[in-house]
Amino acid sequence: MSVLIFIDQADGQIKKSAHEVLSYGAAVAKQLNTTAEALVLGTVSDDLSTLGKYGVSKVHHATNDVFNHIDAQLFTKVIAEVAVNNNASVIVYSQNHTGKAIAGRLSAKLKAGLVSGAVALPDTSNGFVVKKSVFSAKAYANVSVNSAIKIITVNPNSFSVVTGNGVAEVNTINITDANPSVKVTAVNKVSGEISLTEAEIVVSGGRGLKGPENWGIVEDLAKTLHAATACSRPVADTNWRPHHEHVGQTGIQIAPNLYIAIGISGAIQHLAGVNRSKVIVVINKDPEAPFFKAADYGIVGDAFEVVPQLTAEIKKLKGIA
Amino acid sequence: MKILVCISKTPDTTSKIAFKDNNTRFDEAGVQWIINPYDEWYSLVRAIELKEKEAATVIHLITVGTADAEPIIRKALALGGDEAIRVNADSSDSYFIASQIAAIAKQGNYDLVFTGKETIDYNSSSVGAMVAELLDQPYISLATKFELNGTTATVTREIEGGEEVNEVNLPVVISTQKGMAEQRIPNMRGIMAARTKPLKVVEPVAVENLTNIVNFELPPAKAGVKLVAADNVAELVRLLHEEAKAI
Repeated sequence: MSVLIFIDQADGQIKKSAHEVLSYGAAVAKQLNTTAEALVLGTVSDDLSTLGKYGVSKVHHATNDVFNHIDAQLFTKVIAEVAVNNNASVIVYSQNHTGKAIAGRLSAKLKAGLVSGAVALPDTSNGFVVKKSVFSAKAYANVSVNSAIKIITVNPNSFSVVTGNGVAEVNTINITDANPSVKVTAVNKVSGEISLTEAEIVVSGGRGLKGPENWGIVEDLAKTLHAATACSRPVADTNWRPHHEHVGQTGIQIAPNLYIAIGISGAIQHLAGVNRSKVIVVINKDPEAPFFKAADYGIVGDAFEVVPQLTAEIKKLKGIA
Repeated sequence: MKILVCISKTPDTTSKIAFKDNNTRFDEAGVQWIINPYDEWYSLVRAIELKEKEAATVIHLITVGTADAEPIIRKALALGGDEAIRVNADSSDSYFIASQIAAIAKQGNYDLVFTGKETIDYNSSSVGAMVAELLDQPYISLATKFELNGTTATVTREIEGGEEVNEVNLPVVISTQKGMAEQRIPNMRGIMAARTKPLKVVEPVAVENLTNIVNFELPPAKAGVKLVAADNVAELVRLLHEEAKAI
């Protein structure tokens, strides 16, 4: 018996969401009195033995170039093989784009019950029950997994990274029959931007900003805070901002430490995408804006006056001239 | 070309979420039901667009649900699609639902199966991947563009940190999201036509539920907003730094 953690890599780098799932998987292993092992597919530049500090004793690594693109069918075949060979009873993924592409497939292949979007460690006192986010973060469900093998995908930013002094053994595995099911003809990476789902701080703008030409104040604040930028649905729909910045029920759901909403009224659909944020700050000139009810801190005022001042004050705090 | 579009019934996005029976069941009182937005706006509309280009295309809709899902599937038929299949079962387990869809898909020999990227009730993003595995077909998740060229599809999909263009031979399972198509409103002709389109009801295949929901919880209520005066932005920064420790 062991816990197997699938580790996402992009361009040879291990992502932050991977550190979270490693810590999560290691905690599950401790709870079940077993070992945690990780699986990495594709070429990586990082020294994988360092993943031991997140609590895994072994890292399985298949180095074939073909794994540098996430192919759902091929990945599932390999992950299933490694899971079975190592007698994995729990398999952990991040509920990011990669986890969404492959976790369901493995569940069907191994007939292993899947809880996707977990926000807490399993409760193993009576069976195996995992708390997950449902109704677009408006509620949680406690889901019991009835199969012998269990699969959990962990919501980003819902579990803290825990580090120790461990060093993992790296086990290179050789996959001979690795044929992709789709052909990748182009890859466009958004470079230089902070990924919205992984960002610790998100600064978001709504219709209150009146037009795309006014986004400078949002970007300045985001840059000062090393934050990602986001927007509300009407803003994405009118093409003031790109669609991939849209947070809300039908956009991206995020859970940063700090969410700053500027000129967003706070429709229930928007709140559904952001209400797992730890701290919410709302800046809106309308004191009746529903967002204030969901906020921790608020300023009723004109964004065009308040936001530049906020940026200046944060620069002062950080000692940036 | 035969397309199977998966349709799910979900509470309207403005619904108040509440539970009953000791928090074991969703409280449906006063809830408006809609077609899961991803299924409707992206999967179904893109399928309709493909049929508009190539009239020989056949679109079947499938839902796994009890009879109270029928108004939703009729509404979907009003937008487009030739016939619908309802698998008469009630389950919250993705594997159970995917197994039902896969059983119908196998019988129907579809070239394409479309699912929305997730449902807005259980948010699992898992049924499409499961159906693909059960059919032993490729799966392209979180697709934002889909073009057909004979039996090859060119699909743009979101990956971590960007997007990727894939080429794949049919048959394939695709999960769709924003970018695929634009929302449409059913017209009177479509609504009339939907009344007479076939809606087959089939009984589920025997599959065990791999998971079940024990109970639900609502998130703890916020303590209430602390308002700071607009001319005292420094105080907000102090609170965020010292009290919330967020910056």
